[in-house]
Amino acid sequence: MQTSAKRHQVGLFVTCLVDMFRPSIGFATIKLLESAGCDVNVPSTQTCCGQPAFNSGDKATSIDIAKQTIEAFDGFEYVVGPSGSCISMLHHYPELFAESDPWHARATALKGRAYEITSFLTDVLNFDDILASYEGVATYHDSCSGLRELGVKQQPRTLLAKVANLSLNEMEESETCCGFGGTFCVKYPDISNRMVENKSANIDASGANTLLGGDLGCLLNMAGKLKRQGHAIEVRHIVEVLAGMTDEPAIGDANYNLGKAV
Amino acid sequence: MQIESPAFKENARIALHDVDLQKALGNLKAGFPTKRAAAIERMPEFDSLRDEAMQLKNHIIENLDLYLEQFEENVTKQGGHVHWARTSDDACKTILDICRQVGAKTVTKGKSMVSEEVNLNEYLEANGVTPVETDLGEYILQLRGDHPSHIIAPAIHLNLEDVTEAFHEHHGRPRSSDPAVLMQEAREMLREKFVAADVGITGANFCVAETGSTIIVTNEGNGDLTQTLPKTHIVITSIEKVVPTLEDMTLFQRLLARSATGQEFTVYNTLSTGPRRADDQDGPENFHVVLVDNGRSEMVGSEFQDMLRCIRCSACMNHCPVYGSVGGHSYGWVYPGPMGSVLTPKMIGIEKAGLLPNASTFCGKCESVCPVRIPLPKLMRHWREDEFSKHLSPKAARWGLGGWAFFAKRPSLYRLLSKGANRALRLMAGKKGRVTKLPLAGGWTDWRDMPAPSGKTFMEQYKQQQR
Amino acid sequence: MSRAEIFSNIRRGLGRGEASAEQKAAVKARLDQHKANLIPMRAQLPHHEQVALFKEMALEAAAEIIELTDIHEVPAACEAWLANREINELIAASDSQITALDWQSTPRIQLNHRVGKVGDIASLTTSFAGIAETGTLMLYSRQESPTTLNFLPDVHMVILHEKDIVGPYEDAWQKLRSSTAGTMPRTVNMITGPSRSADIEQRLQMGAHGPKELVILLISDSQ
Ligand code: SF4
Repeated sequence: MQTSAKRHQVGLFVTCLVDMFRPSIGFATIKLLESAGCDVNVPSTQTCCGQPAFNSGDKATSIDIAKQTIEAFDGFEYVVGPSGSCISMLHHYPELFAESDPWHARATALKGRAYEITSFLTDVLNFDDILASYEGVATYHDSCSGLRELGVKQQPRTLLAKVANLSLNEMEESETCCGFGGTFCVKYPDISNRMVENKSANIDASGANTLLGGDLGCLLNMAGKLKRQGHAIEVRHIVEVLAGMTDEPAIGDANYNLGKAV
Repeated sequence: MQIESPAFKENARIALHDVDLQKALGNLKAGFPTKRAAAIERMPEFDSLRDEAMQLKNHIIENLDLYLEQFEENVTKQGGHVHWARTSDDACKTILDICRQVGAKTVTKGKSMVSEEVNLNEYLEANGVTPVETDLGEYILQLRGDHPSHIIAPAIHLNLEDVTEAFHEHHGRPRSSDPAVLMQEAREMLREKFVAADVGITGANFCVAETGSTIIVTNEGNGDLTQTLPKTHIVITSIEKVVPTLEDMTLFQRLLARSATGQEFTVYNTLSTGPRRADDQDGPENFHVVLVDNGRSEMVGSEFQDMLRCIRCSACMNHCPVYGSVGGHSYGWVYPGPMGSVLTPKMIGIEKAGLLPNASTFCGKCESVCPVRIPLPKLMRHWREDEFSKHLSPKAARWGLGGWAFFAKRPSLYRLLSKGANRALRLMAGKKGRVTKLPLAGGWTDWRDMPAPSGKTFMEQYKQQQR
Repeated sequence: MSRAEIFSNIRRGLGRGEASAEQKAAVKARLDQHKANLIPMRAQLPHHEQVALFKEMALEAAAEIIELTDIHEVPAACEAWLANREINELIAASDSQITALDWQSTPRIQLNHRVGKVGDIASLTTSFAGIAETGTLMLYSRQESPTTLNFLPDVHMVILHEKDIVGPYEDAWQKLRSSTAGTMPRTVNMITGPSRSADIEQRLQMGAHGPKELVILLISDSQ
């Protein structure tokens, strides 16, 4: 074990969806980071990355939230989150401020330290000491922001290749949007539905029994569609598999321990 | 063309259920994106060409007035005429005037999106001049009283049967469902029109400042017949199409066909410079270039300036999952897809076109294929900002956003909100693990289930663990 | 009116009035330089490889190539090709290259020098450059070579000397500037294969409005 002094100080950006829907993704992220030699903290002053405001054209709110997030993660060597989309949003922060504004420099500094989890493990830490095992055939959906804004493509596949007993069947058009798009899926429900229908057809045709991805928003959308259509395919966030934390039912599957939790 | 952009959602809903349209749209994917990918595979320098093209376009815009002046000077030197049109109306009037000067009854037309933009056909017709579209796709549309749904494949929304019927009805020949026969039919029908026309109108893909030339890029050769046979050739194009030299044009030529159809090069790349020379045996005696502005000059220096780089290749719409689902007509005006979602609000107003820049998941595919690297999602977001600041976005959405923002800016209240929503969803889901009907989120649950939270919120559990 | 408004909008957007003398000079210089942008490696080959690439790309674009060693073989080659299709008239450009040939020895085809007309079956012109990069022919209009010949007939036959094949488009522009003493002809045609359309259901059909067949008579001049 490394000594604490040498360990990377990482602030976990939980993301609202993970916080509310699937905490296990957050814990799996912590587990992975710790096994890769990081000390992980979760600043309690974080909320959302601000994307709903940013993409709705509400610049003032985006700025307020950006400042709050910048402050929440002040002092951390790295900011890491289990979402390409939310981390991309952090990368947009500098655009919100004029270059002469001192916040611009702080936003730029945050951008330089903010990473999506699979990219952080692979590109920054060069870590691939994955000890997990997963019995199954998986297919991987490349979520848009991670893929196109952060260049997350090979990293998750590199890490998945280390998982024992797991095989990967790529689907057709793994890089095509699933139709989630934040508020898009409720503002334009029928178009969103067509997109997720196309997606579920490709997932199904891949022959995989597990769908993996790096963004919970997209996963909720695809799981919601697959379950509505009656598919038995399990949907999970990649970190659950990488951290060997797959005891919990898959996304949208039954048997959550409701009584104990509430 | 009627503006139907405010009805985007209804249009889209109808389009999604239109079996024939969906079948026709199915041809798109296998066509353009696959071919583009293959062409780029063979051109290892493609991304560097894109970088250079972006920089060159930026340089042109920085010096737009100077290059336009040079272009005008050189067209004039070669005996041609340049006309400036601030608005659609100016453009139509200018063209009608030229037609009247030469006593034109019929004009043949090569494919031009700018002419669609200014609504030229309807204007000419209303004023006693008959326009005849000569591009096969445009010709089919004209017979049907229809409009393009794509900027380079105008009839992409139609199936073979539609063409069969249109030709049978208008040509009075037996029905054929062989595309080759249909094309031959159009070829024969249009030959006479080419010869009879008094004026030929084409667009231009680029205007070369150095030489005063305009260029059209086509596969059919209809544009060439349109501009060579009549006595007068009118080019209708827009001010951002100017490029400095032939070499600079070539940079864009290398990108255009590959991005558009995935061809190595389009069959005919034809430069026109002035009218026919004294000893030429054919070619037009008059050469006019109508340079349309229509809001473009106001984009210079604005947050939409990057859009002036567009070379109208159509790659953005060919790769857009929204366009691929609903087709071009849903957008309700001339320019569909991502490029249209940026341009249309500029040209018809954000009040009418507000739904277009919102109809994007910001998946970024368009930007990733754009040959001149236009940040289309960012520009769509600028429209959303414009809409938001003018209080044009829907009330319910604004209130929802406002309420959410209130919490998002207050971490401890936000914790409570998440906790509450977390409990509510879990209760509603029961043992099933998902919710099938959710008040206020019908948009989601009409089509898919809402997976329930798997336990207490992360923050709650984390706090417990830390204790 | 429009012109002034457009220019003033542009200048306002650029945050300046009329451009400075310096900026104007820079633009002028750029126009005079004809500087090439990035030229793909594919186009930068030794000449014999350019010829091979030209052939490959032109064939891919569905052109037909007839290889000849000497221009004097052109009449017989045309006659043979046309006879095969029972075509007996050839409308030709009046280029000295074509008129200097012995057409008496090919009685099965009648050669006429004029512009192209509706109903013409076959034409013959020369091409002043071939561009290897994409198998593209470059032709330009002049008294001897009317543009209609390139578009109206069903078959367009084109003479091209291997020595006139260049690698990239840029070399063709330079060649054009020197052959036309710097003035652009009315029309410059870059032609890559025969006419086609995919406007019906994205299904490619050859022969839309231009020639249905493009036959390149490629002359090696190897003797
Ligand atoms: S925006 Fe880009 S991709 Fe779309 S048509 Fe214009 S140049 Fe092509």
